[in-house]
Parts: sequence; C-alpha cells; structure tokens
Amino acid sequence: MTGTTLYDKIWNAHMVDEQADGNCLMYIDRHLVHEVTSPQAFEGLRMTGRTVRAPHKVLALADHNIPTTDRTGGVDAIEDPESKLQIQTLEKNCAEFGLEYVAMDDIRQGIVHVTGPEQGFTLPGLTIVCGDSHTSTHGAFGALAHGIGTSEVEHVLATQTLIQSKAKNFRINVVGEAPDYITAKDIALAIVGEIGTAGGTGYVLEYAGPAIEALSIEGRMTLCNMSIEAGARAGLVAPDEKTYAFLEGRAKAPKGADWDQAVAYWRTLSSDGDAVFDKEVTIDASDLPPLVTWGTSPQDVISIDGSVPNPADIKDEARRKSTERALDYMGLTAGTPMQEVAIDRVFIGSCTNSRIEDLRAAAAIAKGKTVVPSVSAMVVPGSGLIKLQAEKEGLDKIFIDAGFEWREPGCSMCLAMNADKLQPGERCASTSNRNFEGRQGRGGRTHLVSPEMAAAAAVTGHFTDIRNLKAEG
Amino acid sequence: MQKFNHLTGIAAPLDILNVDTDMIIPKQFLKTIQRSGLGKNLFDEMRYTPEGEEVADFVLNQAAYREAEVLVAGDNFGCGSSREHAPWALLDFGIRCVISTSFADIFYNNCFKNGILPIVLPQADVDKLMDDAKRGANATVTIDLESQTIKGPDGGTIAFEVDAFRKKCLLEGLDDIGLTLQKSTSIDTYETALADQPWR
Repeated sequence: MTGTTLYDKIWNAHMVDEQADGNCLMYIDRHLVHEVTSPQAFEGLRMTGRTVRAPHKVLALADHNIPTTDRTGGVDAIEDPESKLQIQTLEKNCAEFGLEYVAMDDIRQGIVHVTGPEQGFTLPGLTIVCGDSHTSTHGAFGALAHGIGTSEVEHVLATQTLIQSKAKNFRINVVGEAPDYITAKDIALAIVGEIGTAGGTGYVLEYAGPAIEALSIEGRMTLCNMSIEAGARAGLVAPDEKTYAFLEGRAKAPKGADWDQAVAYWRTLSSDGDAVFDKEVTIDASDLPPLVTWGTSPQDVISIDGSVPNPADIKDEARRKSTERALDYMGLTAGTPMQEVAIDRVFIGSCTNSRIEDLRAAAAIAKGKTVVPSVSAMVVPGSGLIKLQAEKEGLDKIFIDAGFEWREPGCSMCLAMNADKLQPGERCASTSNRNFEGRQGRGGRTHLVSPEMAAAAAVTGHFTDIRNLKAEG
Repeated sequence: MQKFNHLTGIAAPLDILNVDTDMIIPKQFLKTIQRSGLGKNLFDEMRYTPEGEEVADFVLNQAAYREAEVLVAGDNFGCGSSREHAPWALLDFGIRCVISTSFADIFYNNCFKNGILPIVLPQADVDKLMDDAKRGANATVTIDLESQTIKGPDGGTIAFEVDAFRKKCLLEGLDDIGLTLQKSTSIDTYETALADQPWR
C-alpha cells in the first residue's frame, strides 16, 4: 500500500460520512465570516428557524467594505450607506447568533486572513472555510482551507459540515535557493504563470521543497494565498518548527498540555515519502527574476526585464484573442519593455502582502527616497496589530516621509469595495492578487508585484528591476 | 431551491476565456444584503458604458439574446472571487445553464446551490455550440438533465456528465442543509470524538 499525502490525511481525519456516490460530509473546524458574503446566509437561517451549531468555531469581522481613512467616528460615521448597513448587519447577526465579532475599533481588526492566523484561530491540520476565495491563505499552516459561497456559509453555520467530493493531489516542488531579491510573491506568480489560472482546477496543491521550507510563515501565507489564482481548491505547506514558533502563545492557540499534545499530532502532518501525487511540477527558485504581470489574468506573468508580449506570436486563436483583449484593456503595446511602463498608483496591502514582513521589505526600499510627484501611493496594513507593530518600528514614518499614505487596516484597493479605487485608465503597481478587468476600479489597470517591486515603482514612477535599485543602494 | 429538469431556450455566445466573477458581477453590487435584484447588473462593466448606456455590441444587449437562458462561454468560466452574487445575478437575469470546457471550483459549486446547471464539455462540443449560438435567436438548445443531453438547433445531440448527487439535488430542488441535518447523529458522534483533540 502506498503512503498518503498531507491532504489525504487531513481529509480522512475530517470525514463524518461517506455517501455511496463518493460525496463526503466533511467536518469544519473553523469558520471565518465577513460582512459581504454572510448577510444572506444569516437570513437563510432565520427563514428556516435554524441555529448556529458551533458558535465558538466562528470568528467574524468586517474587512471588505470598511474605510481605511480616519475611523474615529465609528461605524455610524461611515459615509456610504450600503457599506454601513452591511457592517451593521454583520454586527447584529453576530449578536443574534452568539458569534465572536471583532469590531472595527478593536486593535485585532484586520483582513480575515491576517487576523485569523495572528490570533492563533488558524492551526495545522484543521479544516477552515470562509466566504472568500483567499481562504487558501491558511494552508500555510498545514490547514485545509478554502473559500465557499454564501449557501455553503449557511450550511456550515447550521451543520458545521460541508458536502464535498475529494480533490486530486498536485505537488509543486520549489527547489534551489531563492536569491535575496526573490520573494514569496515572485514564487507564487511564477507558479501561476507556469501552471496557468486553471492549472490547479480540481486539485489541492502541496508546496514542497527547500525553497518552501526556507520561506517564513508570512511568505508561506503569501504563496498559499495565491493558490486560488491557479484555480486550486486549496494550497498546503506541511507544518514545521517555524509554524509552531509562529503559533505558540497566540491568543487562540492551545496552551500547556494541550499545546504539547497538539504539536505531537501536528508533527505527523506531512506527506509520506511514498505518497503518490496525481500531478507534480518542479520550479527552480534560484534562477527566478523579479516578476510583474502585464495582462488581466494572474497567469500573465513576465520577468521585470522582459517586454509586453506580442499576440501575433501566439498560435492558438482563443489565446491570441484573449491576449489582444488584455493588451487593449491594459493600454499596452506589444514589445514595450516593462521597465518603461509608467504608473499612476501604488497599492501595498491585501491578504496577499500586508503583513509586517511585507511592510518591512517595502519600507527598506522606500527609506530615504521620495514617491515621484505623479504617483499616488498607499500602504494599508493587514491588521491593527500589524499597524501598531509597524509604528513601533518606525515604518510608518519611513512611508509618510517618502510620500506614501499610511492607512487603517482592511481589504481596501485589492477589490475596491470601499472608497479606495483606481480611476479609469489609471495604472497601478499592486501587491494584491488579481489583475482582472475592473478589479481595482472600473477601467483601472492592475499589475501584480511584490512589496519591494511596488515600493520601487513608487519611487521611480515606473516598473523597476529591484536588482538594479538594490545594487545602487 | 428552484428545480432544474428540462430547459429549451436561447443560447448566448460569450467567447471569452477566463470570465471571472468580477466581470459577472462587479464589486460595487456586492453591498446588498439580499439575493435578488442583481440581474440588471450582470456583466455590468461590459454591458453598460460608464454613463449607464447599453453597449450595443455586448451579446446580452443584442435583440436576439436579451431573453437568453443558456450561456456558452470560454474556458475556466467563473474564476476568481467566491461571490455567490455571480450565480444570483445570472439567475436573476434568466440564465439557468452555462456551458464551457471548464469552470472554477467555487463558482461551479455555487451554481448547483441556486438551480443553475453548469455543463462541462470537450472543446469540440463547446466550439460547435458556440457556432450555433452565434446564429442568433433561432439557435435554441434543449437541455435535459434526466437524460444528460443537449439538443442543438440542427437536431444533433451531445451527452454530458454530471455528479449523481448534484443531479438529484437539481432535479428535486433539494435543500442540502436539510439533507445534512438528517445526519445529525453522525455529526454528534464525530464531535464527541473531538474531545481527544481539545485544540479543535
């Protein structure tokens, strides 16, 4: 008998029931809830007279809709009436169903995928869901975590389970040693570029190999975050000593004997040496260049020293048409070197890249430099605690002195549901995860980059090879 | 949930790869606390100018396709955000079936929860249906879930696969929370055993 994968192990440990048709009832350990994808689920519970089965396994907060400007006026002072109503609705629903709600003025408030791990709500080996596709972030801890729709939010609230069919196993081996200018974001973009935006459909990805082991927990979160951009149901990294060190002592992590018992269990959570994967690819991190996207899909990845691709070079008609459409939307001409593409805006934030390590890296580039006058740049920390930590380290001063705006935590311009959005035609170097048409505002043009590359674009006014900037010092 | 068993309707061609859920329903319409009323904003940024005028050449604005009930689309339909507002918007417009070579996982799931049938077919079949759909209002297709077949305008039949459980739920309009609650005893048993792992 062959061995089992990490995904197989977590799957098997959570199976409540298996139907004859192969669909399984899976137990869900943790449920993160936010304001945008939950109101209709709570309404569904009310209409059917159902209750929340395990309120203590739910953590709720508002992140998508909240303003990132001054919030001292509280929720009542939110200008947009629809945003305000959605946040108030979440508050009321949490009170009615007895769920823990992290309020907007709580220091722990932030993006769900930042606050969850920060509080130790996320732990290895758990099943974690949220009505948000970037729930894949939590896979960085060796938790099976994925996004669900609102009907499934209601299903989990009512039953603490989901009906699922098992995905296939796909291992991504990242070998070699990443040079110091290569971040987890570059590795994530390289993977999406390599396997494509539908390359992971039907699979759970396991990231393995020396370059993954070398990543910090923050880096692994960035990487797993973008699993969904490759179409995968989830992404996983096996837990290790770094994982335990990150979690130990966090508010919701187990303590004392429970901690020891948990760690002993977590040590069993890795793929067996003889486990068979349905698919495998290998990427060498040692020869990766800093990456940037040129198009309107996260798979449209190119080296910073490359040029805008030419649709005429693409044989497949559907792909050629798709590339033409993307270049037209992006306002780019084939053959233009990426480093000659000027930008209007910079966004450093999102559940992909808003953690302390990201802010430190961006600040190291911005330090002593100035955002060029034609560029508007903003930094949005992932949580109140990250903002506080950054301020303790003086990162806020570095950003403000360089001409960046320093904001309150939230999803902000990653999806532009609040006032933070691009104007039509504006071009943005963004540390977020999606460059879809209109994603950051109607007509806005998004290029995905690492925090260092975003900061470098801010202080030069165009995409810039971080290797040259670092060499200049 | 609305049942799905048999549908004869106009198929609209949306010959674009990687149609994401931001395209299907842009974020400014996610502030609703209801499921209904999203149809008028389906594909909003492709369908209307910034001034709110209809974009004449967008497929659903063309006379032949204003009553479309089926969408034939490029590969990887529904990628991106998990927003169930995407199927809600399709349903509210009147689309009950989407045909493509592949769908993103979460969107695919969300369709079944809302009485929409997503059908995966090989490229050649999608190409054929796309060509047929481009013929306009005369291009009606008939989809029969029970027999798992699509009949094109020229009478040809294409068979499709669908998971047996999902098929049953669609045919009978079943509420899967109700089905799961019938398994409460199994969930109770599972939860009792969790005492061995107190951190969970």
